[in-house]
Amino acid sequence: MAFDHDTVRRTAHLARIALPQTEIPAVADQLERIMGLVEELRAIETTGVPTMAHPLDLDQPLRPDTVGNHDQREVLMASAPAAEHGLFLVPKVIE
Amino acid sequence: MDWEVVIGLEVHAQLNTATKIFCDCPIAFGAEPNSHTCPVCLAMPGALPVLNAAAVDKAIALGLAIGAELNRHSIFARKNYFYPDLPKGYQISQYELPIVGKGTLTVQLADGVEKVVGVTRAHLEEDAGKSLHEAFIGQSGIDLNRAGTPLLEIVSEPDMRSPAEAVAYLKKLHALVRYLDICDGNMQEGSFRCDANVSLRRPGAAYGTRAEIKNLNSFRFLEKAIEYEIVRQRDILESGGQIVQETRLYDANRDETRSMRSKEEANDYRYFPDPDLLPLVLDESRIERIRDILPELPDAKRTRFMSQYALTAYDAGVLTAGRVLADYYEQVAAGVDGKLAANWVMGDLLGALNKAGIEIEGCPVSAEKLRLLVQRIADQTISGKIAKEIFEEIFYRGGEVDAIIDGRGLRQITDVAAIAAMVDAIVTANPQQAADFRAGKDKLLGFFVGQVMKASQGKANPDQVNAILLERLQKS
Repeated sequence: MAFDHDTVRRTAHLARIALPQTEIPAVADQLERIMGLVEELRAIETTGVPTMAHPLDLDQPLRPDTVGNHDQREVLMASAPAAEHGLFLVPKVIE
Repeated sequence: MDWEVVIGLEVHAQLNTATKIFCDCPIAFGAEPNSHTCPVCLAMPGALPVLNAAAVDKAIALGLAIGAELNRHSIFARKNYFYPDLPKGYQISQYELPIVGKGTLTVQLADGVEKVVGVTRAHLEEDAGKSLHEAFIGQSGIDLNRAGTPLLEIVSEPDMRSPAEAVAYLKKLHALVRYLDICDGNMQEGSFRCDANVSLRRPGAAYGTRAEIKNLNSFRFLEKAIEYEIVRQRDILESGGQIVQETRLYDANRDETRSMRSKEEANDYRYFPDPDLLPLVLDESRIERIRDILPELPDAKRTRFMSQYALTAYDAGVLTAGRVLADYYEQVAAGVDGKLAANWVMGDLLGALNKAGIEIEGCPVSAEKLRLLVQRIADQTISGKIAKEIFEEIFYRGGEVDAIIDGRGLRQITDVAAIAAMVDAIVTANPQQAADFRAGKDKLLGFFVGQVMKASQGKANPDQVNAILLERLQKS
């Protein structure tokens, strides 16, 4: 399938990747090869085969609803680039 | 030619578990920002989610209550989008295989008609955190205490055909989650939130393009927003325009819906199964264990109230709208006439609560106290009129029913001789009215009853007053 430059730009935006204009042709080429593989997989007849959500043949274990966590805010926030009054600070976002 | 409105609702019910859905952080409002976080809900690399059993059980309870298919095998998926209050860059949700499949909810409409509304699905997912935009210049503060709170998203079929039907459905669902004790139902705090999909079509035609209205945190706003949206879409369609499929926000202050401009491109959530979570398998013993502990549900309770207490469908509907109110009523009705108890709970009690802006949960008069008051009417200790006075007293100032009756000498006068003496005095004092009554002016009986009741300070038994008056006025 043809992977045009607009699709590359849109995909990069959705993934929040800053993709320099000069790299777009190379990325388009790589994505096209990946999609080639996907196309091959799609060609396989899967009618009647149940969806496999996970390769492990196990069920989801459940956790009892008991509080175990103690406040570790100071430790956990230590690696944040910016924090104040117990809040993580990020560049302003307004919907 | 008329338009038909088509409405479907998506409800997010916050499950009232003790801990978050994928980690053991506590859930509590009003805690210090980020004090209820851990590597899992902060999305630290390498941290893995582990599903909370109580969230699963509460989803099963909802599924059983709406007669839904419970998927024995369901899958968690990643819903990808970027927003700072979602630290992983995706929300864990369920997509292709939700835990709860198709079910139904029967709602009672104002005209007594019942309507069955389809529920498409209900799935488990996690809530996001909160962003605070005001406090910092050029920056937003992020509090992730709410991140990872379990939500059950309940999606209806587009089965509702009027704002009133949508409100009836939402109220029924609200009552149900509280009966089941799976959600506290607090709409102001956002524990029970609703989005509405609204479209118009010519009757019988295919569905029109819909708009999704967000931010509906009360029954009234849901009704108003749909009403506004019907007019907006009708104006567009009748002037030859086309409805744009979009998300709109309801602004209660201006009573209108507005398009939400989003910088995000057309939603492309790129769902895929979450490799961190294995398929959720429900075994029969788990489902049966939940079925065994299900409480009596609103419809069953309503039917029982109608037969056990001889109530009308309407009264039984009002009294079973909430589990707390229903329990309160049953305590009042214990040992007294069910209809009399219903009149007191629905009339004086709900009226006073409404006037004072208090919910039944915070009612200042205990059910036991109201039961005693009703009992005192039934056993003729006091009249209904005196009971209203005592009710006002205990509602606003407190006190004990019997102490007030005795302390103020409010006991009803049922002594025939005493009432007869008062009747004689009144008849003697009003010879003209007595003569007129005997001459055929029957309406004057009311005058005499009023006079005797006044003379007795409302304490004479009205039935006895009536009987003795009639007897005395026929004589002589």
